[in-house]
This record gives sequence, C-alpha cells and structure tokens, in this order.
Amino acid sequence: MTRSFLGWPAFPEAAEREVGNRQLRENVRRATHTIRGKRAVLAAERPDWEALRDAAAGIKDQVLANLESHLLQVEEKVTAAGGTVHWARDAAEANRIVTDLVRATGEREIVKVKSMLTEEIGLDAALEAAGINARETDLAATIVQLGDDLPSHVVVPALHRNRTEIRDIFVREMGRHGRPAPEGLTDEPAELAEAARLHLREKFLGAKVAVSGANFLVAETGTLVVVESEGNGRMCLTLADTLISVVGIEKTVPSWQDLEVFLQLLARNATGERMAPYTSTWTGLGPSKGADGDGPQTFHLVLVDNGRTRALADPTGRQALRCIRCGACMNICPVYERTGGHAYGSVYPGPIGAILNPLLKGLDDPQTASLPYASTLCGACNEVCPVRIRFTDVLLDLRAQVADGGKHPVERAALGAVGGVMEHQAAWKAAVKSIGLVGPLLLPRKIRLPGPLGGWTDSRTVPAIPRESFRTWWKRTEGDAK
Amino acid sequence: MTDARTEILRRIRAAAVPPAVAPPRHYLRHAPGLDETDRPTVLALFAERLTEYGATVLRADTAAAAVAQALDGARSVVAPVGLPDEWTADWSGEVLVDRPLLETARLDAADAVLTACTAAVAESGTLILDGGPGQGRRAATLLPDLHVCVVRASQVHSALPGALAVLDPGRPLTFISGPSATADIEMIRVKGVHGPRRLAVVLLP
Ligand code: SF4
Repeated sequence: MTRSFLGWPAFPEAAEREVGNRQLRENVRRATHTIRGKRAVLAAERPDWEALRDAAAGIKDQVLANLESHLLQVEEKVTAAGGTVHWARDAAEANRIVTDLVRATGEREIVKVKSMLTEEIGLDAALEAAGINARETDLAATIVQLGDDLPSHVVVPALHRNRTEIRDIFVREMGRHGRPAPEGLTDEPAELAEAARLHLREKFLGAKVAVSGANFLVAETGTLVVVESEGNGRMCLTLADTLISVVGIEKTVPSWQDLEVFLQLLARNATGERMAPYTSTWTGLGPSKGADGDGPQTFHLVLVDNGRTRALADPTGRQALRCIRCGACMNICPVYERTGGHAYGSVYPGPIGAILNPLLKGLDDPQTASLPYASTLCGACNEVCPVRIRFTDVLLDLRAQVADGGKHPVERAALGAVGGVMEHQAAWKAAVKSIGLVGPLLLPRKIRLPGPLGGWTDSRTVPAIPRESFRTWWKRTEGDAK
Repeated sequence: MTDARTEILRRIRAAAVPPAVAPPRHYLRHAPGLDETDRPTVLALFAERLTEYGATVLRADTAAAAVAQALDGARSVVAPVGLPDEWTADWSGEVLVDRPLLETARLDAADAVLTACTAAVAESGTLILDGGPGQGRRAATLLPDLHVCVVRASQVHSALPGALAVLDPGRPLTFISGPSATADIEMIRVKGVHGPRRLAVVLLP
C-alpha cells in the first residue's frame, strides 16, 4: 500500500498530533536550522542577490501572463525534436496517461527521479494499482518510499527522519525490494548513502522506463531542466529507453538565457550551494533524435494543470505559481519548525503549502480552508523567497475568502495565530486559549500584541481584514463539515 | 467533449492575467568581486571552487602527464569518440574507446572516464558537457567512479550568464558542480552517491 494525504485532518488537528512528537520536532529543528545557516552565507555572497530576486519574480510574472503562448511554444519545439506532448487537466488524467504509456512498454518496474508533481498527483499509487512498481531513486525519496512514509519537505522529503530511523528502515525494507542492506549497517550517513547506492545501482542498470519531473521548461527552446545532487536523476534521464516527464504548466521560463537567474538562485536558496552538483537539460530526443545512443529513444512530456489554472485565476494568489520549490520558506518558518511537514496534509508544506494547496484545490474542503491559518504572519518567508512571493498578502486574502465564502459565515474575527506551536502541546493550547480570549476583534490599522506575535506587529501595518485563529475557525466550522 | 489541451488553454485565457512589464535585470553578468578580464584571477577562482568541492585540480601546460597523474590507480578509462589521442599518451592502463558503443555493464565496470568539456564556470566550479567531440554520451560520464575532465582556460567563464550564452540548448547538456553528493540524512554532506565519486580537472592554458 502506498500512503497518501487523502482524507488528512485539518491543520490544527494534524499539527497538535505532530507537535507532541518530540523526536520529530528535534529532527525538523536541526535540519531546518542547518539549511538556514548555509543559505544565509551563500545568499550574502552575492551582492546582487536582491536584483536576482527582482528578475526572478519579474520573469515568472511574464510566464503567468503569457502561459498559453509559452505552452504552445514548448509543444512545437518538443514535437520538432522527436518528443510527444500530452496534456492532462487533472491528476486522474495525468496518471492515466502515464500508466498507459508505461503499459505500452510492457515494463513492470520503472525508476523515478524525485518529483513533487508526481507526489501531488499520487502517480506511484496509480501505477501500483495497474501492477507497475515505480521505484524512487533520490535518497530521501527512497527513505520515504521504503518507510511507507509521506514526504515532509519539498527539497529533503525525509527531513523528519534521523539517521537511526533511516538505518532501521533500510535494514528492514531494502531486502524486500531488491538488494538488501549490507550486513552490520551502522547509522553513519556515508554508510547509509552507500547502502542506497548499492541498492539502486541494479535498478538503474536494468530500468527500461524512467519518470521524471522538471525544475524548468524553457518555452523558447522546449528544453527541460532537472537540478539534482546525487546523480540518480542523471541515471534515470540517461539510461532508460523511454523517458516520461510529468511537468506542471507553470514551470515554463520564457528563454534559455533566463535560466541564468533561476539556476543562480535555486541551489543557493535550497541547499546553500552555489550550484547543485548536477543540472541536466535536454530538448526532445536531441539533435540525432535518439540515434546516437545518448539517452532515451522515446520521450514523452505530460503537461499537467491539476488546479494551476484555478490558482492562475486568483489575482492575489496567482503569484504562488512563481514558486521554484527551493524549500527556503519552510526552512525559515517557525510554524513548520514545530509541526513538521505532515501537518499540512500535502506534499507542499510550510508557507507555500499554506497558500498553494487552497489555491490549487479551492477552499470548500475544511483541510485546505484551514491552511491559510497555519501561519503567525511573521513574514519571514517573504524575506527568503527567491521569487518574492508575498505570503502574508496571499494568506490574508485567502482568510478573507474563507470568511466570505458563505460556507463558514463570519461571526467574529480574531487575530490568526499559531503561537502555541512555538513551545509544546500545553503551551499551544494555552496560547490558543489566550487568543480565544482576545475575543471578537476587528483590527485597527496598527496593533501591538504581547508574546510571540509581538514581533511582526511592531514593524508592520496590519490591513484591517477579518481574520480569526485557525483553531477558533476550526472549532466553529468543525460541526459544518461533519 | 473538449480535449484536455483545448480545455487547459481555455482555462488559461479565462484566468485573464494582465500583461506583465519587462523584468528588471540589474544583476551581475560576471562573478562578483573580480575583474572579468583579469584571467589569472578568474582561473584561480575556478580552481579554488573545484578544490572546495573536493575535486582534484591539476594545472599543466600539456594534458598527457597531468592526465596520467589524475588517472593514477585506475586500470581502465573510457575514451569518448573524438578524444585527442595524446591525452592518454603517458598513461599505461587500458583505454576503452566508446565506438562501437560500450555496453552499459562495461561502462559500469570501467574505473574512470576521461573527457573534454564545452564550457566551465569559475564562480560555481562548474563543468559543462554537451556530448560534442571528446565529451562522450551522458552514460559514459556517469557510470565510472572517477571522472577526469580536461578544461582549456579559454572555456572558463567567470559566472553562469557567460557560459549559458555559448551553449546550444538543442544538445543534451550536463552541468557538473563537484562530485555527486547528498545531504538527505540530517543535512550532513556525504560525497558520492550515484554519479562519479571522484572528480579531477586538468586545467590547460
Ligand atoms: S514559495 Fe518561494 S521560498 Fe517557498 S519553496 Fe517556493 S520559491 Fe522557495
């Protein structure tokens, strides 16, 4: 069975459970603080950092304004280079297309490059239902898959696991899926990585079909770009006969030269490196159309909407589609640090998850409607986002939409807060209660709050939009949902 | 029933996104803190960044002796089509020419691969291969555990924008910035997962 976020509880409930897990909190805290530190050093190294961010935001806005022509360009260029382009309105359609393509090859086991989109649409489970075993090959994705777990971060999906947990998963599971873990495996990270190398090597060498996502899709040239560290991406993109790339329609960038902006921002912001070890780019089947023995002989590109056009229609929210999945917003987020990624009930956790999931899926579901409340509005994410997404604007706008939605009529408005997550469960409840005691509150233009919420109100003018804490909101609407 | 393509394009038009202004491009086109025309400084930065990754950097006037030194300990090396013969002249191990195409298992069993590159970036210590003469197909630079790459000084750009401008996006490209690595376990950097675990660069004038 492949686990999924289907039917996941709303954020307050899920968060309360996760916050009680001491080990998880410690793992997440350590990992996020490490990446934060590395990122800060590498961003500071570029005196033109803010200019790169300006350019990235501006280019992505051009993408959103010209999406139709970009996609048509991609289709034309990929087709001309020997690839086949497919379009999928939603997850079910995308899964059906990929499943049919794999079935046509007759293969029962395929390899995958880590892709958040294929996690979003639940591709592994769909393939499994069709009798096809899709093996993840990124180390963290392998840890998640072997542990029958769910991803908790967009860059490091197994960030919630420590080395001992990983060792135990490898020892227990590797043998059931291929080459077993070496005898006497310790929990040294280098040994664990070596165990994964050995386990996956035979899968790469035998794989006939690979599935990937893409970090960028260049409209002008039809070029796909995959950025990775381990070489598992290169293995999949190079050794399989058939390559199927499943890409969200918002991943385009207008021109080849625009990559100079995104490739300089992405690794610095994601992992605190100047460039990730490997960046692979390809256009269809290349100049020889696959005849030179370099790379696959068949290439399929599946362009997926799955809610992106819904987000695009939201004037404030559409900026969330600029996201290049660097993970910096989750690494910096005080709420994510306490709850980990699973509380968000989606492969997109943290601040981007709090806005992107409701924008992709709509606010009718109590789970997605709870996410805009999963924030203290401290604005730290605004400061690190390489494409300058204004999270606080979008969060407030979405809260207003929840309040105005009719489904959850506004009886009162209180300041949204997750202050309690900051410490532990008892403090969480106490803080939530204290927020509750603030009672009906329409915010004046400027307000000073005590405690963990004080910081942002010192420096920021608060727009007077009706808001309430997500816990208050949850309590109030829980009955409606049932 | 409309097809998916028509429907997605219709939804995009219906979203009515207003036109966007041209993006500001005030970022640097060269590596910060140096004069791009000062070649010795650019090359020194390239060597420094590669060394930081744990790559070996050998600067030499001609390739043969440095290549032999970089390949020390290897018994076999994959030689892509178009690789200059003189690069392996000083080395006594087995040279596996990739024509006819070597079997995947043969590539996997080889100790090393020797290639040229098409461009390089000093600031990030990046090598860029486009499958042209002497660079090999992608599988050849992936499976052997040691990659030795010969770079000419004139191929080194100080920063990424200069390198992107000379590349052909129609070709399959691989940008290599240090050896394969992961930080997926507790954010501790481990060198060497699936790609070559060792990288050596021979930098020619
Ligand atoms: S929203 Fe911004 S900071 Fe967060 S993952 Fe996306 S690009 Fe990175």
